[in-house]
Amino acid sequence: MSRTEVTFTVNGKERSAHVPPRMTLVDCLRDEMGLTGTHIGCEQGACGACSILLDGEPVRSCLIFAVQVEGQEITTVEGLAADDGSLSPLQEAFWDHHGLQCGYCTPGILIAATALLAHNPAPDEAQIREAIDGNLCRCTGYQQIVEAVADAATRARGQGND
Amino acid sequence: MKPAPFEYHRASDLADALRLLDAGSDEVEHKVIAGGQTLVPLMAMRLTRPALLIDLNRVTELNGIGHEGDCLRIGAMTRQGHVEASDLVRENLPLMAKALAHVGHVQTRNRGTVGGSLVHGDASAEIPLVAVVLGARLNIAAHEVSRVIEAGDFYEGPMMTAIEEIEILTSVDFPQVQGRIGTSFQEVAPRHGDFALVSAAVQVVLDDNGKCTTARIGVGGCGLTPLRLADSEAALVAGKIDAAVAAVDAAIDPEDTPQASAAYRRRIAPELVRRALEDAIAEATI
Amino acid sequence: MTDSVSEYRYIGQPRRTKEDGRFITGRGNFVQDVQLPGMKHVAMLLSPYPRANLGRIDIEAALAAPGVIDVLTGAEIAEHIAPLLQGIVAPGVRHLPLAHEMVRYVGEWVAVVVADTRYMAEDAVELIEVDYEDLPAAVDPEAALADDAPLVHPDHGTNLLLHKNYSWGPVAEDFAAADHELTYRVHWGRSSGVPIETYGVVARWDAANDILEYWASIQMPQFQEQIATALDLPMNALRIHNDVDVGGSYGTKRGIKQTIVAGYLARKLKCPIRLIEDRLEYMSGGDAHGPDRIFDITLAYADDGVVTSMKMRALDDVGAYPSRAVQQLGKPMTALCGAYRMNSMAYEAMAVATNKTAQVPVRGFGQAPTNYAVETGIDHIARKLGLDAVEVRRRNLIRAEDFPWRIPNGTEYDSGDYHTVLDMALDLADWEGLVRWRDEQREAGKIVGLGLATCLEPGGGNNIFEHMLNEKIQVTTFVESVLVKVDAQGSVTAAISTHTAGQGHQTLIATIAGEELQRDPDSIRVVHTDSIEALPNRGPVASRMAIIAGTAAAKAAQRLLTNMVRIAAHNLGVTSGDIEYNDGVFSVAGGVGAGDKQIGWDEIAFIAHRQLHRMPPDLEAGLQVFHVEAVPGGGKLPNDKGEVQIYPCYAFQAHICVVEIDCVTGLVKLLDYVIAHDVGTMINPAIVRGMIIGGIGHGVGAALYEKFDYDDTGQLLSGTLFDYLLPSSREMPAVRDVHHCTPSPLTSHGQKGSGEGGYLGATAAVANGVNDALAPLGIHLDVLPMSPAAIEAALHDKTENYSPETAS
Repeated sequence: MSRTEVTFTVNGKERSAHVPPRMTLVDCLRDEMGLTGTHIGCEQGACGACSILLDGEPVRSCLIFAVQVEGQEITTVEGLAADDGSLSPLQEAFWDHHGLQCGYCTPGILIAATALLAHNPAPDEAQIREAIDGNLCRCTGYQQIVEAVADAATRARGQGND
Repeated sequence: MKPAPFEYHRASDLADALRLLDAGSDEVEHKVIAGGQTLVPLMAMRLTRPALLIDLNRVTELNGIGHEGDCLRIGAMTRQGHVEASDLVRENLPLMAKALAHVGHVQTRNRGTVGGSLVHGDASAEIPLVAVVLGARLNIAAHEVSRVIEAGDFYEGPMMTAIEEIEILTSVDFPQVQGRIGTSFQEVAPRHGDFALVSAAVQVVLDDNGKCTTARIGVGGCGLTPLRLADSEAALVAGKIDAAVAAVDAAIDPEDTPQASAAYRRRIAPELVRRALEDAIAEATI
Repeated sequence: MTDSVSEYRYIGQPRRTKEDGRFITGRGNFVQDVQLPGMKHVAMLLSPYPRANLGRIDIEAALAAPGVIDVLTGAEIAEHIAPLLQGIVAPGVRHLPLAHEMVRYVGEWVAVVVADTRYMAEDAVELIEVDYEDLPAAVDPEAALADDAPLVHPDHGTNLLLHKNYSWGPVAEDFAAADHELTYRVHWGRSSGVPIETYGVVARWDAANDILEYWASIQMPQFQEQIATALDLPMNALRIHNDVDVGGSYGTKRGIKQTIVAGYLARKLKCPIRLIEDRLEYMSGGDAHGPDRIFDITLAYADDGVVTSMKMRALDDVGAYPSRAVQQLGKPMTALCGAYRMNSMAYEAMAVATNKTAQVPVRGFGQAPTNYAVETGIDHIARKLGLDAVEVRRRNLIRAEDFPWRIPNGTEYDSGDYHTVLDMALDLADWEGLVRWRDEQREAGKIVGLGLATCLEPGGGNNIFEHMLNEKIQVTTFVESVLVKVDAQGSVTAAISTHTAGQGHQTLIATIAGEELQRDPDSIRVVHTDSIEALPNRGPVASRMAIIAGTAAAKAAQRLLTNMVRIAAHNLGVTSGDIEYNDGVFSVAGGVGAGDKQIGWDEIAFIAHRQLHRMPPDLEAGLQVFHVEAVPGGGKLPNDKGEVQIYPCYAFQAHICVVEIDCVTGLVKLLDYVIAHDVGTMINPAIVRGMIIGGIGHGVGAALYEKFDYDDTGQLLSGTLFDYLLPSSREMPAVRDVHHCTPSPLTSHGQKGSGEGGYLGATAAVANGVNDALAPLGIHLDVLPMSPAAIEAALHDKTENYSPETAS
């Protein structure tokens, strides 16, 4: 099975990889591009740990083949902080509220929550829970995650971000 | 869970995809990939292993929502999330918008397509049920030929549809209705977003006196395919909600699965339909 | 939010968890992230049969497949690997990493392929041909005890792997004297931790140093012992990197056969081996199921509802191999009677083998099912006597003035104020308002209920229960070590010798050490040693790290500070007793003079490391202390009445949940959830709260959603995350919590364990809530999980003429 070159933007930088067609996007990100922040939990679209932003929308990277995203824009958890390393308001809120424990589902949840806040800067609790209901967490019971997202929304609005 | 090896082709347009699909055979299976939310897990578990995957995701002519005559046409590659958020859909196809809230999760709807769900043909899937209930027409193309098939004739059995291996669903047309419309989509699933155990979809049109002039009623998870309940529809138009509910039992033939028994499905289906009817009528009455 | 009032400067104050910083930026170091040059990948061939004779395994085509380096089968493994250690003594039961001559459950490893990529390894797995002789399987555990049942281990002669009886106190007399007896059965369904990260291990043989190096997602006491024994290596030939982040464990990341096989292959093939279970391999072949336990209980009680005695039989379907998990029939003895003042108790423990995937220890090590069983009984009594469920608990709960309280088997509960904590939960939930609401809703035809559970979280560990299960095993206590040191430039480093799986150990240790040393915990670096550098340890099991490691950290830090005080005194010309220490400054008590009356932290550090001429003569150079903390009250064997102190510390939680059941579909909604928790001193409030609510989520899952389901031929029906249902953010209710502190007298700062308590009571609370909702209809469900189908079937059976119209 032949490998082809695929090129796409990851976290603002153009990246290329030489991949067989059957290599999933998550495997390409992790194993070919060294971006191990995105995690694998099931490889069948049940857990959400592999969530990334594809052209700004959260999708499951275990259900996409790397060759499919030629020319598209991907954001992974590694791209949520600014270039100088300063954390996004969402990341700061997760830290303040301890919205995680083992950290395995966290990248996927941050991706889903980032997308939520981009679409809806003032979500209520039900909307937050709906936005992350495709991301399973086994450690937290979701409570401090939800509180972190709500707080991040408040902070982001307070800073005049839109 | 890695798929078996395959070759990949990114189709540039519909004709390109159809040509390639036509070139496949039983031994060398050519398959299209749309959103992949159903196909890729099957490939990961090696339950299906196409030799060539034809990617439709850049075939822009299959994407879009718009009026087409007296129908609302949705391109087969339109993302479920896009349809759910569409004002056109909310105004002209409210039942679909409601059904989509039950389809998986945000991530699956961002990638999954309306066409993919229709063609996959799961008897408990929401989009096929809406298509069957509303009498949608499926536009299907093959290399140098095309046809139209009614949703009610499209579903033949569990995961079995009338589409041929060389065909691609290009779009689906939903007939538009006028008047005081009420819709409801009710679903029972073990968790939010899981495959439905039983679902009920209803669209009613009321006249100015609150009488139901048109009814569309259907259930999922109650047989080998999504079912439209013609007898229930007739009873409702005749003004008898109880009779509409009572007619459900005779029209369904549910199966035992590890998730739920046939007996369970048979018992709750009528009550789900009742809830959907009451909900839809209340909405139309406002 | 938790309140932040704490008498301490760092302990109990709201502070960020150190570890979170790397996880929110995607910079965790999980085993799947470990990349070694020349690493090869593994995939497994799993048995499709629950029980079959294993014939010829043809690996020729697989060996010839592209990228394949080796294919391992059971025959080879049996020659080179000693069988895995098990939780019981049973010579006829041999547990090898791969099936040999017989497969005993769906998912058992039949062959292991090593290839250049995981993709290629899976391709080759498909090319292996196996001759199976399919045999009938033992599936139902009670049927498996019949004389003619298929034998999981023919050499053992029976499927009964363990059968023990215990009796403490005057059981017969208490029963004879009781006003009433109540007998009931409940079944805790086969559920487990099921973390989002599966098990994984990377092994490399370091030939230059004869060291087998491991990176693994592990939470396992005696890990090195197991692997060393199997591979016939000394323990100190294993370097297990404890700084690998574990993506959730909840007791379950044991990975013994995986680690053995990876190590064996690494040595044989002379290349690093990467073994990461995919989800299918994990669910059936990972040997990571959990308790599947039938309880038959008889309670002896008085007219006022006070329970005087209990007879409990626990029969666990342990699957095809006993492993360590069998011992989760033993640990619950530490709190068998729960939070209640029973006078005597009898316990019969049975482990039955069936042709199912084996178990691992799950959070609480058997306490959660036991609590569920006892709490069900308390509610039964309330209903039988027409008493309020709260009142029956009030009458039975151990009283604050009774502590320390000795339960019939000699174990003492250290401290508690259960009535206060219960009251706090009732207050927060507005119990009286809820009762009124429930009655109103019922009149309107709704099926609603209130679920109550008052449960203990034993903490601290003590594997004396291993001995209680088998007298041949003479082990007592369970230690943990912490090293604290100050380097030549004054920086503080602490080292722990075990893994972390989200419990925040680095924060725990830094906070306690920082408290003792009066140094900002943010400035204290906490590292995980590898297993060769490690000091004695048992790992983050048994809700013990705050208790044992926390106390070890405190004592090490205290002794370190004592040494620093001595150096200061020596240099200031006074005795240690004259030195006052505050915030890095050592001064002479009674006021500050000019010049030499104080000396700073950094200078002390420099003296200790570099200036021997300024050191007290009998003090070792440098600044480093390690402390090995043993279990308080441990270190003893049972007396001749079988009495012994098991776990040392007891946290307590009162759970209240509000349940609504859809009268048509049987779907359960949790409308509210309140918990009052007393874990003694909280070291970090957000970590404690997170643990508790996470545990509640896990308990909700076990109550309503989760089950490793088998059909009656032994086929696993729930082998993916689409069938084994983990609660999402929408199934999980919002939880309101309040905390109380009854410190433990046994630990450095009064801290008890907090990692399990949410789980240990939540299933009981939810189950009680569902049964309270169904009680007016005369229905009681006794099997977990309480699925919508089960609830609806019960509603239908009971109320054939029931219809929603009559209800509403």
